[in-house]
Amino acid sequence: MAKNWPLARRKKALQQRASILQEIRQFFIEKGYLEVETPHRIPTPAPEFHIDAIPSGPWFLHTSPELCMKRLMASGYEKIFQICRCWRERERGSQHLPEFTLLEWYRTGGDYHSLMEECEGLIRFVARAIGLGQKIIFRDREIDLSKPWQEISVKEAFRFYTKISITEALEQNLFDEIMVQEIEPNLGVEIPTFIYDYPAERGALARLKQEDPSVAERFELYIGGLELANGFSELVDSEEQRRRFHLENENRQSSGKSIYSMPDKFLAELDNMPPSAGIALGVDRLAMVFWDAKTIDEVVAFTPEEL
Amino acid sequence: MYTASDLRKGLKVIIDEEPYIVTAFEFSKPGKGQALYRTKLRNMITGLTIDRTYREGDTFEPASLEERAMQFLYKEGGHYHFMDNETFEQIIINEESLGDAKNYLIENLNVEVLLFRDRAIGVELPNFVNLRVIKTETWVRGDTSKADFKPATLESGYVLRVPPFIEEGELITIDTRTGEFSKRVKE
Repeated sequence: MAKNWPLARRKKALQQRASILQEIRQFFIEKGYLEVETPHRIPTPAPEFHIDAIPSGPWFLHTSPELCMKRLMASGYEKIFQICRCWRERERGSQHLPEFTLLEWYRTGGDYHSLMEECEGLIRFVARAIGLGQKIIFRDREIDLSKPWQEISVKEAFRFYTKISITEALEQNLFDEIMVQEIEPNLGVEIPTFIYDYPAERGALARLKQEDPSVAERFELYIGGLELANGFSELVDSEEQRRRFHLENENRQSSGKSIYSMPDKFLAELDNMPPSAGIALGVDRLAMVFWDAKTIDEVVAFTPEEL
Repeated sequence: MYTASDLRKGLKVIIDEEPYIVTAFEFSKPGKGQALYRTKLRNMITGLTIDRTYREGDTFEPASLEERAMQFLYKEGGHYHFMDNETFEQIIINEESLGDAKNYLIENLNVEVLLFRDRAIGVELPNFVNLRVIKTETWVRGDTSKADFKPATLESGYVLRVPPFIEEGELITIDTRTGEFSKRVKE
């Protein structure tokens, strides 16, 4: 059998990926975070309209470690992080793998704005530690990590980059299309950009903003038009959370998707969770940015098609 | 029936009662949002390309095309006449539907004609065809001032670039996917 050259050629990218993982751990250990491991196989995923779990026997492979990590937070763990594999059905493209690596971290005492700051610190730390410096090239552009990162609300982004308002976009079910085609390509092209305050219905597990309950305290990080992380101030009201899960399930049902049973143990413990914020960052995507990869395939050992 | 998640390059689907082939495809899914399938599709009758974005749950009817062995007879104006090798029935395909395939048609050539709902919409060519050069300039050995390639006219009327050593009357192989010279055929 001839040598697998595509795999052999990926060695340098995989070495950098390994360094990224080590430096992420270093960053959180220095900050006093506890690394945790929660089960990959769970009885039920969080019901969300657009996220489909892959069944594993009568249970499911988790789509993120969110529910278990929040149960830890509700039991007095104040700063935790996890790096793990997650699975989402039918997600495959140049930036998607159905099995991917997620970094998720949670902390008490702080909201989504303090998480943006920490996320910024993390990515600068990793870039420096793996020897990249503060100016990186991604998708033919130089991106300066050292300047203050840009923050733009979803409302402002719609005003700057599109002709249609958020309300119209939501009513006509065009919100996602406009995000992908008109807004995303403009985000983080010179300096990384946080886009924040999403419409309330786009943050099923996020806290609503007190001054404006039409939006959720949720943000996404973009570098070079690529979405890297999603964070929010956590909703810690179990009754409200149950109501939202039911709503997500109703949406699933009306579009012909299977519905998920209620994560009852999570809901029973949620009220014990202190005000917290949490964030999930795609490790494969971060490796893409640092490697200046065109596709996610370049930064993993095997894609599903190669198995 | 196909759903949006079946979309991939080369898939043939029916849109507005006409057959299309997917020529480019990109999956995207903004955080917490719905899956979007951005495609470029080529109309297999007119050759025109359109951009369309589909969402999870969208469905498509597969475009099933029939292939029939036929012989190219002759060209009249913009009309190309073919004959079914089994039934001897004659059909006409117009120039626009043939696209680049018209560059390789010479009389009596056997091809696979594509039919969509009993209507001929184009021909399927082999990846490589052999055609004779009927006109090209003579190469002067040792002349380095000339470019690496020179124009040549084939018996089908198609003009392409060939290496300088190719002479009039020679048989050459053309890659029909790119329309470019592939190699000289030794006779």
